[in-house]
Amino acid sequence: MDDGADWYIEVAYLEWERRCYVEIVVCVKRVPDTETRVRIDRDGKTLDASGVKYVMSPYDEFAVEAALRKRDEAGEGEVTVVTVGGADSAETLRTALAMGADRAILLEGEVTQDGLATARALADEIGKLAPDLVLLGVMAADHDQQQVGPMLAVVLDHPCVTGVSSFDLVDGRAVCRRGVEGGTETLELPLPSVITITKGEYEPRYASLKGIMAAKRKPLETKAAALPDPRLRVMTLELPPERTGGRIVGEGPGAAADLVRLLREEANVI
Amino acid sequence: MGKILVVVEQREGRLRGTAAEVVSAASELAVARKATVEVLLPTGPGGVSDAEALGAHGAEVIEVVSDPALATYHPDGFARLVERRVRSGGYDVVLMAATAQGKDLGPRVAALLDVPLAQDVTAIESVDGEVEFLRPVYAGKAIARVAIDADPKVATLRPNVFQPASRPAAGGVVEGALDDDSDGWPTRVVGFEESGGDIPDVAEAGVVVSGGRGLKGPEHWEILEELRSALGEEAGLGASRAVVDAGWRPHSEQVGQTGKTVSPRLYFAIGISGAIQHLAGMRTAGTIVAVNKDPDAPIFKVADYGIVGDLFEVVPRLTEEIRALRERSA
Ligand SMILES: Cc1cc2nc3c(=O)[nH]c(=O)nc-3n(C[C@H](O)[C@H](O)[C@H](O)COP(=O)(O)OP(=O)(O)OC[C@H]3O[C@@H](n4cnc5c(N)ncnc54)[C@H](O)[C@@H]3O)c2cc1C
Ligand SMILES: Nc1ncnc2c1ncn2[C@@H]1O[C@H](COP(=O)(O)O)[C@@H](O)[C@H]1O
Repeated sequence: MDDGADWYIEVAYLEWERRCYVEIVVCVKRVPDTETRVRIDRDGKTLDASGVKYVMSPYDEFAVEAALRKRDEAGEGEVTVVTVGGADSAETLRTALAMGADRAILLEGEVTQDGLATARALADEIGKLAPDLVLLGVMAADHDQQQVGPMLAVVLDHPCVTGVSSFDLVDGRAVCRRGVEGGTETLELPLPSVITITKGEYEPRYASLKGIMAAKRKPLETKAAALPDPRLRVMTLELPPERTGGRIVGEGPGAAADLVRLLREEANVI
Repeated sequence: MGKILVVVEQREGRLRGTAAEVVSAASELAVARKATVEVLLPTGPGGVSDAEALGAHGAEVIEVVSDPALATYHPDGFARLVERRVRSGGYDVVLMAATAQGKDLGPRVAALLDVPLAQDVTAIESVDGEVEFLRPVYAGKAIARVAIDADPKVATLRPNVFQPASRPAAGGVVEGALDDDSDGWPTRVVGFEESGGDIPDVAEAGVVVSGGRGLKGPEHWEILEELRSALGEEAGLGASRAVVDAGWRPHSEQVGQTGKTVSPRLYFAIGISGAIQHLAGMRTAGTIVAVNKDPDAPIFKVADYGIVGDLFEVVPRLTEEIRALRERSA
């Protein structure tokens, strides 16, 4: 009998502990601000970075916000932010620390358009941290790859849902909601898991002055990224053909008939 | 002789429009590579009534795998199925559409096969036996030409960009089996809540009607919905960030740098000023139409056709004219 009671208490304790402690890793990336006017570098392959302002990729801000809220709802836990990038990326990590993340890891290495190489470098570190949950942005606002999250999940052998607008952590599972054609889908997956976040419930907070000060004392570790050689090679980067501004068909509702005729006869699109 | 695998999508037992686009792109590449094109079509128990139509676009074999667990997209199940097919079939290129499904499935399949992925590609070129992919980056502000130094080469192709082509091939339909236990798929779909009606996703729609702050309030979307439905089934709705932030429209409809990048045949920007972040998301559209009361609005610099005027007067007339045209040509 005694045994049974002990067992019961232990299970209850584990349940309690799980509810109260959550470890979350958020992958963040430093990208050009969306206002950037793109110019091509002399190498013909990369963005000319002179004068470009860099920010945390917008979707990653949602992911950081989601992680902070889940940690605070759980009552206890740790949010670690990780990035693969150059020394400049420390700035992006500091931003996340100022928002409220607990610690940061900079995996120093080249930023590549080979999403699988990036995923492997991230997995090498995250595998050791063994968090309950890994959050990423649905897409980084530089190369619009939309792939590192699900690739990371495959490498870690974790289940993964992409494009999640809100989720709950319940009894060792993540219950995720995401917009799909014609409605909202709810998916459930066991932890540990990987979730990519889109705009939805997690409007990012601004870092307070206190947060910015506190961030300076939070741990930021730098190590070399275990980045395999990229196998997706960028051969050239070019500006898209200019759209030659078209013509004003006319003014007011009277121009509607002419427009429809042009769309049918000239553009052939209706 | 190489082999190209194309994974296509169905909806309610019929092929989606992107199926013909991707098979056509594959068969064009197949000509250059002296390869054959095979199709994998996962679907529910009812099968797909028009599957053999892909033969006309160059599919040699169309394998239909019908199973209740495949009726709607399941990330774990689909990825495992495609991985097994690629491994056993010896394909050197794997293509799918960069739809919501394809952009989720592509990365998983590539990672399972331990190869990179070219996501959301807008052109494929065969150069000296090598395949090169063009893909928009920085939300369409630049185009990267990339090559993959691994086999198979996996890519997803942006909807509405590749034209369906006539390239007749055998097109034999064969039945395949799932051979997998769906109980072992860790992710479970536990609910679906319908909203917004049965209209295509803005990133996949062939025609997009987008509204901005010029509409003055969510109650006026009726006007856009009328225009959209006059344009037919393939038309979807889009929005600027200003109206999404105001809560008038869902984020899933947002076009632009922090929304979706779209390339429809025809794009209507109604009451949208044309900020750089919005232009980034739609500048690769085929034909752009703008309606704005401000003749200096930046949207007119990229629009092929513009009407300067009050959208509340112009759009209803436009809808009427399009309806009349459709009736005449019906
Ligand atoms: C980091 C960042 C990311 C962003 N990402 C995006 C994004 O993804 N997508 C996006 O769209 N924006 C994005 N933006 C916002 C962008 O900068 C603009 O603020 C936004 O696109 C403006 O939306 P709008 O054109 O609807 O509104 P406004 O700029 O206010 O334009 C309204 C237009 O309606 C016209 N109008 C008004 N009344 C009428 C009428 N009766 N008839 C006809 N015309 C009328 C006006 O002349 C005006 O041109 C982003 C901004 C930032 C900083
Ligand atoms: N170099 C990187 N370092 C850390 N996280 C990254 C990196 N690249 C991509 N990610 C994460 O993966 C998400 C999707 O990126 P992508 O697949 O490149 O569009 C981003 O929003 C980040 O969360």
